[in-house]
Amino acid sequence: MKKRVYLTYPKEQVKEPLLYQVGRKFDVVTNIRQATISDKIGLVALELEGEPEEIEKAIEYFIEKGVKVEPIELDIIE
Amino acid sequence: MSYMKALKCRECGKEYPKEALHVCELCFGPLEVAYEYDRMKGALTREVIEGRAPNMWRYKELLPIEGEPTVGGQVGYTPLVKASNLADALGVRDLYIKNDAVNYPTLSFKDRVVSVALSRAREMGFTVASCASTGNLANSVAANAAACGMESFVFIPYDLERTKILGTIVYGATVVGIKGTYDEVNRLCSEIAGKYGWAFVNINIRPYYAEGSKTFGYEIAEQLGWKTPKHVVVPMAGGSLITKIHKAFKEFHTLGLIPENTAKIYGAQAAGCSPIVNAVKEGSELIRPVRPNTIAKSLAIGNPADGYYSARVMRETGGWGESVTDEEIIEAMKLLAESEGIFAETAGGVTLGVTKKLIESGRIPKDESIVVSITGNGLKTQEALYGKLTEPTVINAKLQEFDDLVKAGGREYALKA
Repeated sequence: MKKRVYLTYPKEQVKEPLLYQVGRKFDVVTNIRQATISDKIGLVALELEGEPEEIEKAIEYFIEKGVKVEPIELDIIE
Repeated sequence: MSYMKALKCRECGKEYPKEALHVCELCFGPLEVAYEYDRMKGALTREVIEGRAPNMWRYKELLPIEGEPTVGGQVGYTPLVKASNLADALGVRDLYIKNDAVNYPTLSFKDRVVSVALSRAREMGFTVASCASTGNLANSVAANAAACGMESFVFIPYDLERTKILGTIVYGATVVGIKGTYDEVNRLCSEIAGKYGWAFVNINIRPYYAEGSKTFGYEIAEQLGWKTPKHVVVPMAGGSLITKIHKAFKEFHTLGLIPENTAKIYGAQAAGCSPIVNAVKEGSELIRPVRPNTIAKSLAIGNPADGYYSARVMRETGGWGESVTDEEIIEAMKLLAESEGIFAETAGGVTLGVTKKLIESGRIPKDESIVVSITGNGLKTQEALYGKLTEPTVINAKLQEFDDLVKAGGREYALKA
């Protein structure tokens, strides 16, 4: 399956190679579609492809590392 | 006759067919409806619009449906009130309230977007309507779905107060409380929208849904006598409304319905949730998400989908962004009610509070036309005012006690003999 997520990196994690780590630790293919960075924040629109369990593990890993993981639509609850 | 051309990516410009799509496959940018304005010119004139019934469908050529609307036929054309008392209180000359607190049927501007979303959804063959919402959107989806015979599912965080759910359940919607963090609830809703073939109005129908907000802007321009105001103040949650009011004015200008488009557009947020205002004030292109903490629940969106585009509207039009504290929100709600007899929800307090601040700081001049956007009804957020208003005086059923009360008040009234 494929899943589209929007990652928000806090300042402290911007220099960490988290996408590389995710690709090594879990059986998922990561594909960046948009990314931008400032001195305060990093934003990445990402596609994850793999088995659902592996994608879930990858998402949990990002969250553990302090990255905010949202659906590509951002806040849906209005 | 429909003038809807295609869906178009706001980032890379790639076009897509007019289906239930919302994200560009290429760059993941949001999709927006594009129209054939050249063909529309001449067909949509002031005379044509003025000859139609007073509801938001009088601008139907500029809305994303193929045929006639089938949901929310009575929605919109809410009053644009010339607010002279409030103008005096704020020391300005020309002030108006666009009052969607009395929008039909669920007393918020969401009836505009939902009517368009469900009309389009039915054209595309959907039979189930859905949304994730803690308030106005939930009410509107449930009510409008009931009225057009669609089944509806509404997703909420499981610990939402019962009073907030009542105005949704009453219409027969299936309400599902989801346990988990806010982000987890968000992600699940996105997955549900992807898996079930439903019209999830603010996900897979979003490009159509969002277009309904333009009617708020069209009405302002028409009701002002076919011109834009000099200044418009708009509340921001996800940030869609402010971008669509901007689009509405631009479209009216493109079609020659207004002579010029000089409106400066200002965004209002609560201090406890102001990611877009922060970006504007910092001059940043990026929106930093926040954890909301404000009484203005209908604006409590920490990572707004249209944040970037909202900030751009404020920059491009020469407007600005400002925020107000919870105390300022309540003061503004009271001011609006006491001066104009309009009871707005907390979001209205945000918008008026910000307007007051922008006037006081000189960002909005005192001698130019100003429109304050009121998007929801105060009856829905009464809890925000508990303990903040004068309590009623209780007396025994004796005339003397009332006489004493009047005397204690210190005002003289002419009595009948």
